[in-house]
Amino acid sequence: MTMLTRILIAASALAMTSAMPALAKTFVYCSEASPEGFDPAPYTAGGTFDASAHPIYNRLAEFKKGTTEVEPGLAESWDVSADGLEYTFKLRQGVKWQSNEKFTPTRDFNADDVIFSFMRQASADHPWNQYIAGITYEYYNSMEMPSLIKEVVKVDDYTVKFVLTRPEAPFLANISMPFASIVSAEYASVLEAAGTKEDLNNLPIGTGPFKFVAYQKDAVIRYVKNPDYWGEAPKIDDLVFAITPDAAVRLQKLKAGECQLMPFPAPADIAAIKEDPNLKVDEQAGLNVGYLAYNTTQAPFDNPKVRKALNMAMNKQAIIDAVFQGAGQVAKNPIPPTMWSYNDAIVDDVYDPVAAKAALEAEGVKDLSMKVWAMPVQRPYMPNARRTAELIQEDFAKVGVTVEIVSYEWGEYLDKSMEAGRDGAVILGWTGDNGDPDNFMGVLLSCASAQPGGANRAFWCNQEFSDLLSKAKQTADVAERTKLYEQAQVIFKDQAPWATLDHSTQYVPMAKNVTGFVMSPLGDYTFDTVDLTE
Amino acid sequence: MSDATVKLSDAAIRRQMLADFWFYFRQNRGAVVGMWVFLALVLIAVFAQVVAPHDPTAQFRDALLVPPIWQEGGKSGFLLGTDAVGRNMLSRLIYGAQYSLFIGVVVVAIALIGGIFVGLLAGFFGGWVDTVIMRVMDVILAFPSLLLALVLVAVLGPGLTNAMIAIAIVYQPHFARLTRAAVMGEKEREYVTAARVAGAGTMRLMFKTILPNCLAPLIVQATLSFSSAVLDSAALGFLGMGAQPPSSEWGTMLAEAREFILRAWWVVTLPGLAILISVLAINLMGDGLRDALDPKLKRS
Amino acid sequence: MIRFILGKLLYLVPTFVGITIIAFGFVRILPGDPVLLMAGERGISPERHAALSAQLGFDQPIWLQYLQFLGRLFHGDLGNSLVTKKPVMAEFLTLFPATVELGLVAIIIATAIGVPVGVLAAIKRGSWFDQVSMTAALVGFSMPIFWWGLLLIIFFSGILGWTPVSGRISLIYFFPDVTGFMLIDSIISGQKGAFTSALSHLILPSVVLATIPLAVIARQTRSAMLEVMGEDYVRTARAKGMPPSRVVGVHALRNAMIPVITTIGLQIGVLMAGAILTETIFSWPGIGKWMIDSISRRDYPVVQSGLLLIAGLVMLVNLLVDLTYGLINPRIRHK
Repeated sequence: MTMLTRILIAASALAMTSAMPALAKTFVYCSEASPEGFDPAPYTAGGTFDASAHPIYNRLAEFKKGTTEVEPGLAESWDVSADGLEYTFKLRQGVKWQSNEKFTPTRDFNADDVIFSFMRQASADHPWNQYIAGITYEYYNSMEMPSLIKEVVKVDDYTVKFVLTRPEAPFLANISMPFASIVSAEYASVLEAAGTKEDLNNLPIGTGPFKFVAYQKDAVIRYVKNPDYWGEAPKIDDLVFAITPDAAVRLQKLKAGECQLMPFPAPADIAAIKEDPNLKVDEQAGLNVGYLAYNTTQAPFDNPKVRKALNMAMNKQAIIDAVFQGAGQVAKNPIPPTMWSYNDAIVDDVYDPVAAKAALEAEGVKDLSMKVWAMPVQRPYMPNARRTAELIQEDFAKVGVTVEIVSYEWGEYLDKSMEAGRDGAVILGWTGDNGDPDNFMGVLLSCASAQPGGANRAFWCNQEFSDLLSKAKQTADVAERTKLYEQAQVIFKDQAPWATLDHSTQYVPMAKNVTGFVMSPLGDYTFDTVDLTE
Repeated sequence: MSDATVKLSDAAIRRQMLADFWFYFRQNRGAVVGMWVFLALVLIAVFAQVVAPHDPTAQFRDALLVPPIWQEGGKSGFLLGTDAVGRNMLSRLIYGAQYSLFIGVVVVAIALIGGIFVGLLAGFFGGWVDTVIMRVMDVILAFPSLLLALVLVAVLGPGLTNAMIAIAIVYQPHFARLTRAAVMGEKEREYVTAARVAGAGTMRLMFKTILPNCLAPLIVQATLSFSSAVLDSAALGFLGMGAQPPSSEWGTMLAEAREFILRAWWVVTLPGLAILISVLAINLMGDGLRDALDPKLKRS
Repeated sequence: MIRFILGKLLYLVPTFVGITIIAFGFVRILPGDPVLLMAGERGISPERHAALSAQLGFDQPIWLQYLQFLGRLFHGDLGNSLVTKKPVMAEFLTLFPATVELGLVAIIIATAIGVPVGVLAAIKRGSWFDQVSMTAALVGFSMPIFWWGLLLIIFFSGILGWTPVSGRISLIYFFPDVTGFMLIDSIISGQKGAFTSALSHLILPSVVLATIPLAVIARQTRSAMLEVMGEDYVRTARAKGMPPSRVVGVHALRNAMIPVITTIGLQIGVLMAGAILTETIFSWPGIGKWMIDSISRRDYPVVQSGLLLIAGLVMLVNLLVDLTYGLINPRIRHK
């Protein structure tokens, strides 16, 4: 861009800003991370989706606010065939696409946009598959869409049919995820003609409640209210993301009134925030679990009784106190309590070092020394794995088990912890993608996922457990599925492939005058219902 | 320099030099203060086990984030309070002194030995050996030291040992350049020629004859590097690339404590203060050393 | 003079080749695999891992990758970031002005305070001013600036509430980048209060970043002044009855400035290292923070090209310092 054009743009932007109503309601969100880009499909980070998928775009089906239930979005309704293989979506009519300097839509949202949005991810030959060199569609792949979707058919302008290769109960939840956001096929063709395909990622156009205005890398993202939004209009006029990676700095900004809401406060600060007269805090159990996965193929950890004994030796409440500063709860099941099918009847192992020591001796385990792997990074389910490992080390020492703590660079950690024959138990966790129990147990504990490329880091393959999961996945009836998953949790607890450590609590501090914010169990931050009172 | 200098007994020269040195060093009050503080640090580090009230990794689960004793809520036995898992801050700070001094010594030793060796080679042999060596040093110096150390640690894997190696590699060109310059200056002097004529071998010439005569700038650089090493390793620790928790290295303690910045000032303030005081003491001493060793500055 | 410049430039070529080897080599032997990082906790099948590696070009022999890297470099292409998929050069250019602005303000602060303090301390050698300022300089020189920054935030932003906590300008101001320098853009925008806001955001980070250079410059200026004031011509000028202010102003200061300029030039490397820490603490959207983030994300192209650009820049500044030095001091030029 030449200097002259830059100045011209500056002048026009100035004219634009001065023409804005003086009393525009501006809401500033101190976001945690820079978005990788504004096309939701190629990326995987929650922070990216909060800046792209949620404000700018919509999906065929959406998660109902504050729940993991699915409700109509850009599709008004849908029919599922009796064999569970065909999903026919009736699309909403009269949904307007947003506009920007480069693009003024000539038509409303229709079936072509849906087909475009899925096919560009599905087919490597699609002209938009590689619209940025080296781009990949990780979520589309990891949710197994390539093997699941046989074809997407346009029945008419407002009817689309998805044909699946197998019945899949979580399918609707899957297409409510950010990667399945619907982008404009017409905008794409305009960009293609202009030779600036990458603007699909830089200057996004969607159907959502907010329009993208500008992004200054690592600093600020600006949006304005979409006046033509098909749903309920947002209460605020301007939405601003002030990117602030450091939790302490975020809190300072919130206190100073530089922003109105922030994610991920440091656990240590929660008590002080609650006392602050100008702030309030929403809280909710996060959709996550932190665990210690034994290698169930390695002696003596192949013996469920040894695993159970070690679980008894662990003072989990101490971990919640020291690592989470109380901002979490002890986990007893592999899925969080906010998820449907959580089996609350299950009783957790009681902390009892004496009994644990006796149980170990009964199994002939003496002078055991083992490795505990501690992740090098903070994750929502585990703010400080190192500290957790130190606490476990102390607890295990009391029952005569010597623990050596090991750690690797994060990528290596993920890789090595999944290598067959791994030495030691691994601290790791999981954050749910779509609120479906299969997204926890199927991904983390099934026989299939104990293979290379899976995520079953206990290498635990229990046929009975796995069969229950497969059956549940192909059953459409939720009540039926619930029963199957509850049964599976009983087997899990009995076999103890993991020590279930924690479910962290998610806190959202905000200014007192913020109203209408709804916490999402999926950890999304959305602002279309938010308002500021005087 | 005349033949007479060579003939004087080594011991006598050394004694005279030391006396000179002490005379000038003592004139700098700051340097003397720095030296006492530094000696105190060394003593604390050596006798950490005796001085520290608790084991630095012992966790008192019923005493998390206890403030220092003079503040409301302080507990006896925890003079400077405790950290997030109930470890005694004073003990951790005391053991931290061990880390810092150890890091300083090791880094300076590696950088000094490596730098002298490389610098002697370059200066003594000249020609393509010199060109190649000095170009490599140029390349290392072209990167900001902390950035290069960061990348090196990322290559080697985070940890104290690797952090020390990385910092030493980054510092080493300074010593190489100094040695080379000194050697180039001394090489053609009469006493060297004399020794060569007398039949001294290359090794002897390099290490016994030339090296002792270029020590002064190296010593000054070494003290400077000592304090920078403490700072840089703390910075690496702060960025999560240095010593790993639960070790009580000061920078690592700071990084771990950063989340408590608004709630528990002592876990953030004290390690930083410890770094500042020890680095300051070493730098004060370094100033005194420079004044005492550098004849050019002595006369002004 | 031209021969002098050409000679200097020619000398830089092998150094630059060395830099490309280090930038490429070190980064590629980093343990960790960006493909694995992209997959996260979920894991990735061996087939898909191979396919992705091939797509990113990581499956080829390393020397071939190096040659390709050089080839692209020759065409001014620094590759695309693995994380954002955007060209590295474009990202560098959007972030670079923020770092330059911070660095320039810091070096201006350091020079504007450091030089006068050093001169005054030298003139009044041994006075309380000399002692206090030199002690302060030594404290500054010994400062762990990552801690210093945190303290300043607690005090000025947390307790007093005088300065903003982070960012480059208050969010109520919005204007497009023209130069990328917030101080200049805020004036161009013509929006009331924008400049003051930008300035108030700059104060703490630039003071933190200026701390060490300020101390070094003050100390260096003082000792350069002392040295020059001991020289014969200054003593002569003084003996001839020239007023002390003229002696200092005309003779001493000018000659003392040569090593001081070198010192200021050498601070560029110090500033870059400081920027890494300062930008991390203040969430300043510059290249220091960008490098740290990219190293931890194993974003190879960004780390490689970032190292290259930064080292190239340091080299360039050093060259400029050399040339300035040559201009001031003709003896060097003819050596």
